[in-house]
Amino acid sequence: MIPPAFDYVRPAGLDEAVRALADAGEDAKVLAGGQSLLPLLRLRLAFPDLVVDIGRIPGLRGVREEDGRLVIGALTTHHEVMRDPLVRRHAGLLAQATATVADPAVRHRGTLGGSLVHADPAGDLPAVALALDAELVAVGPGGRRTIPAGAFFADYLQSTLAPDELLVEIRVPKREGWGFRYEKFHRVAQSWAMVGVAALVRRENGHVAEARIGLTNMGATPLRATAAEEALGGAGDAEAVARAARLAAEGTRPSQDASASPEYRAHLARVLTERAVLAAAGMG
Amino acid sequence: MTDQAVEREVGRARLRKEDARLVTGQTMWTDNITVPGLLHLAFLRSPMAHARVERIDVSPALRRPGVVAAFSGRDLADGLGSLPCAWPVTEDMVLPAHPPLAVDEVRHAGDPVAVVVARDRYAAADALEAIEVDYEPLPPVMDLEAALAEDAPLVHSDKGTNRAYVWPFEAGEDYETVRQRADVVLTRRYEQQRLIPNAMEPRAVVVTPLAASGEYTVYSATQIPHILRVMLSTVTGVPEHKLRVVAPDVGGGFGSKLQVYGEEAVALAVARKLGRPVKWTESRSEGYLATHHGRGMIQDIEIAATREGKLLGLKVDLLADMGAYLMLVTPGVPILGAFMYPAIYKMDAYAFTCTGVFTTKTPTDAYRGAGRPEATYAIERIMDELAAELGLDPVELRRRNWIRHEEFPYTSIAGLTYDSGNYEAATDKALALFGYDALRAEQRERIERGDRVLLGIGVSTYTEMCGLAPSRVLRDLRYSAGGWEAASIRMLPTGKVEVVTGTSPHGQGHVTSWSQIAADVLGVPFEDVEVVHGDTQAAPQGMDTYGSRSLVVGGAAVHRAAQKVVDKARKVAAHLLEAGEDDLEFKGGVFSVKGSPEARKTIQEVAFATFTSHDVPDGMEPTLNAEHVLDPENFSYPHGTHLCAVEVDTETGHTRIRSYVCVDDVGRVVNPMIVEGQVHGGLAQGIAQALYEEAVYDAEGNLVSGTMADYLVPSAADLPEFVTDRTETPATSNPLGVKGVGEAGTIASTPAVVNAIVDALRPLGVRDVRMPCTPERVWQAIRAARKEAAA
Amino acid sequence: MTHISVTVDGTTYEDDVEPRLLLVHYLRDRLGLTGTPVGCDTSNCGACTVEMDGASVKSCTVLAVQADGSEVTTVQGLARDGAWTPLQRAFHEHHALQCGYCTPGMIMAARDLLRENPHPTAEEVRAGLEGNLCRCTGYQNIVRAVLAAAEQSAAPAPAAPAQEVTA
Repeated sequence: MIPPAFDYVRPAGLDEAVRALADAGEDAKVLAGGQSLLPLLRLRLAFPDLVVDIGRIPGLRGVREEDGRLVIGALTTHHEVMRDPLVRRHAGLLAQATATVADPAVRHRGTLGGSLVHADPAGDLPAVALALDAELVAVGPGGRRTIPAGAFFADYLQSTLAPDELLVEIRVPKREGWGFRYEKFHRVAQSWAMVGVAALVRRENGHVAEARIGLTNMGATPLRATAAEEALGGAGDAEAVARAARLAAEGTRPSQDASASPEYRAHLARVLTERAVLAAAGMG
Repeated sequence: MTDQAVEREVGRARLRKEDARLVTGQTMWTDNITVPGLLHLAFLRSPMAHARVERIDVSPALRRPGVVAAFSGRDLADGLGSLPCAWPVTEDMVLPAHPPLAVDEVRHAGDPVAVVVARDRYAAADALEAIEVDYEPLPPVMDLEAALAEDAPLVHSDKGTNRAYVWPFEAGEDYETVRQRADVVLTRRYEQQRLIPNAMEPRAVVVTPLAASGEYTVYSATQIPHILRVMLSTVTGVPEHKLRVVAPDVGGGFGSKLQVYGEEAVALAVARKLGRPVKWTESRSEGYLATHHGRGMIQDIEIAATREGKLLGLKVDLLADMGAYLMLVTPGVPILGAFMYPAIYKMDAYAFTCTGVFTTKTPTDAYRGAGRPEATYAIERIMDELAAELGLDPVELRRRNWIRHEEFPYTSIAGLTYDSGNYEAATDKALALFGYDALRAEQRERIERGDRVLLGIGVSTYTEMCGLAPSRVLRDLRYSAGGWEAASIRMLPTGKVEVVTGTSPHGQGHVTSWSQIAADVLGVPFEDVEVVHGDTQAAPQGMDTYGSRSLVVGGAAVHRAAQKVVDKARKVAAHLLEAGEDDLEFKGGVFSVKGSPEARKTIQEVAFATFTSHDVPDGMEPTLNAEHVLDPENFSYPHGTHLCAVEVDTETGHTRIRSYVCVDDVGRVVNPMIVEGQVHGGLAQGIAQALYEEAVYDAEGNLVSGTMADYLVPSAADLPEFVTDRTETPATSNPLGVKGVGEAGTIASTPAVVNAIVDALRPLGVRDVRMPCTPERVWQAIRAARKEAAA
Repeated sequence: MTHISVTVDGTTYEDDVEPRLLLVHYLRDRLGLTGTPVGCDTSNCGACTVEMDGASVKSCTVLAVQADGSEVTTVQGLARDGAWTPLQRAFHEHHALQCGYCTPGMIMAARDLLRENPHPTAEEVRAGLEGNLCRCTGYQNIVRAVLAAAEQSAAPAPAAPAQEVTA
């Protein structure tokens, strides 16, 4: 199908982009890689008056280290993220999960920032951002602000960014010595996660000292499995992990759709949490 | 006269002549075609499953930029008849009108109500949004059983029923009597989910009018240019001789392009009305609503057997989802399956009934296998259940019942005469390749050690009837056309050859295989043969491509036509060599006089001599060209044994195909490379039905799996490596000894996969999993079985 | 209308386009480069895959304006003076296509895959082609072809395409 007509600007810099968004209000859409936006336009599920193409704004692409954190430009493509040596070294979970996003051609165009702002709970990266305790830096008419991942996802396909704010970078704490695993359960390679579990585990003396678990597609937003995280503290064997994992779906409200029932999603969350944690902890 | 031609080509893995264009992008898909002044069509479609069209106003669309015209169903009603159904399976079948554009009522989501004509596709798409339609909702009819209830809302209120037809069939002894003798009677219900064919090329049509003379060329992404020509003529009233239909490069069909679609008729009607060329190209999600679906049946099957595992009788009751309208062969699809439920097995009684049911869904029609995969699924599933019930190995149960090699030709209980087959050989070969015994051992081990991943082995020993079809049989089945195929051979003056075929390939490699057949008979190089197809002007006579018919009917016709050319050439050669025809032998393209091999004429020399005609036998028509229209004497009955091993994760319900082995017997093989490719593709589609694909509707009649993101066509990453092999039992019903192969893989593979899943889970008490066997369904089945076991 | 300059298969084109124009429609309808087909509207099928600035993209999910200043290679730009690339040859020699509609995208995706991973395993080929759907081949011969092309790329190219494979 064919996108509806829209006006188009390609600002050269951030200020210009923010101004364009501020002028257009609710009727503008930001275009980064376009891998989420274009299918929506083609199916005529979105009718923006204005599309602001931020794809060529300089300085929004690439990965660097700063104050013990990784700083990933919002326009860094999935392809770049999953191959980046810094990401692989310090945020292996992000590299691993990014490699499961869509397919190679989509990963060439799709961006980390775009995936997060799209805020699809079935997307893999929002849950990973939660687990990693990432911070999202946005620029708006009032300047820059930093939003913790936990406060970024408002609702289904809705972030807490204002219409005239742009996500510019993602700051990820380095997690030295943490094991990780993204367990994605989907029906075919290309399809969205039915459920995904992003697990980070720090071990001390053979026991789980700390665990951080992000859940994909277990509600209208990505979620943390906090009950399971707490119960995992001190887990020293597979059985203890399994017990803790049984709490993985607590407080979630997974949806009913053609591919799975809420009941099954909850079950998957438990099974996948167990598997992800065991793998992350090297106990599997 | 028979010539023992030297076979150099048939049997060889010739690389395809078709590929050069396709790997370099020099293709001619219908959507590529453009002509000066071309206008683009876009269709407005009903968002509701069932509604009365209270008011429709297309005029706001006319004010949109670039729009040339817009028409509602009523605007075009005068020039357009009902879309055809060529298979009234019973005398009293209910045949509702099917206007190409809905007029008063829409009956499925996607039923078109208006068409916009604009200067480009973007303008056409935009203008759709300006058309105003008021719908008065009517109740959707979604469930097959509920649709047959007394007070059910009606899809076609003027018909008074949602029952399209009831088609009963009985053979052998009285089933109920036979059933009394049985030690074991098993009853099962299986569901064939609706599938969306998903040929990679979406449908498209271009119509170019020559208004002054009332002639039209229709380019369409169709499998059936010849049938389409006849049918479009009847629907639009354009005389048949004024219509030329061209199937350019066509990107797959799988039955979905074996259809006469409303968009084709509307495109022709609009081109006629405006005197302008028009094009329409479907988008994928539009096609999910507008291109026919496949399968969609509820199968109640009962099998009666002795304790020793000898089959006595089989009873099948089908409810077949027709969708909203009866399209080209909609009602006949389940009937094609009727004869296949007894499969390769001997029994004393068979009783079958099919009830066709209207629903407010996209019409169903042929999809790869058309009736036969459904039949094979049900019989092969219940054979596994019977084996389990009797404590027999599923392969052993099949051995005890199948037709033995020495019993061929064998007339099945359904009345089909299977000309040849060797089920023993195919099965033995498959078991050896599969490592059956070792896998069974591993299966036991996993159960014993309580592995959360269980192994299952699925068997499917199938046959099918294809190569549609003997015309007289089609008459008896009340099909409206014949089943012959035409071929003609043009010997060009330089000795090059044009084969004109009535088949209409869209991926099957006919150009290559027909070249091989003709080259052998004529003794000319493979490279010297060109194949002409898919254009009613260049290849005027044909019955097109579907039902695994092209090689066994159309390829055999090429063979016969080529033999006629040789017969004519022999007369000319004898004349030139001053010898008697009987004194000539023909080998490798050379006529020579027996005993004096230096007296020789090549077929190319004979072709040139016939071209000049300076010296041909008295009274002989100066041409070597010949044609043959072949009406097959029987169907074709490929068979084989498919074995699938799956690993089922009992925690998540996820199924992984561990190995897949099939040994198919498709008779003699013209091109083993192409045959293998057909099998691979068939397997992929059959496996996809077992595991992934389903057209899902909600209770209101919306297609939930409405895009390719929701309807799961598997990718390379989702399918296993297949091990394929063959046995070769030549068919006796055609001169080439060949059998159809296009649908075999699809027919056989679905039950092999589901049998494997159920086999893995049987120790847990699971007896069935509904298709597609999604992880959740598998998990739910395990849970239900465990609950039952605990109770 | 937005002005763009795009180099496609070695030729630079300057055009004014609607911002909403999809790259694939620009290629097909404006430039007449119909070798790249469209198979879906959700970027699932990959039939429209082309190379843009050295990486595979789905040209149905890129706006023509996004390709401004870019270099695009389509299946029509692969052969040089009639000589096919190893992938094109391998698809032919291993019967990796039937109807051929997915083939342009499949070849472009495979090209990308081999650039990233010149010596993939069969499993890696399957994973790398996850974004390209084929309905005819069951993928087996596509995998074979890509593996063969990987091998061939390392070896010197044969003089002419082979005429036959052994079954």
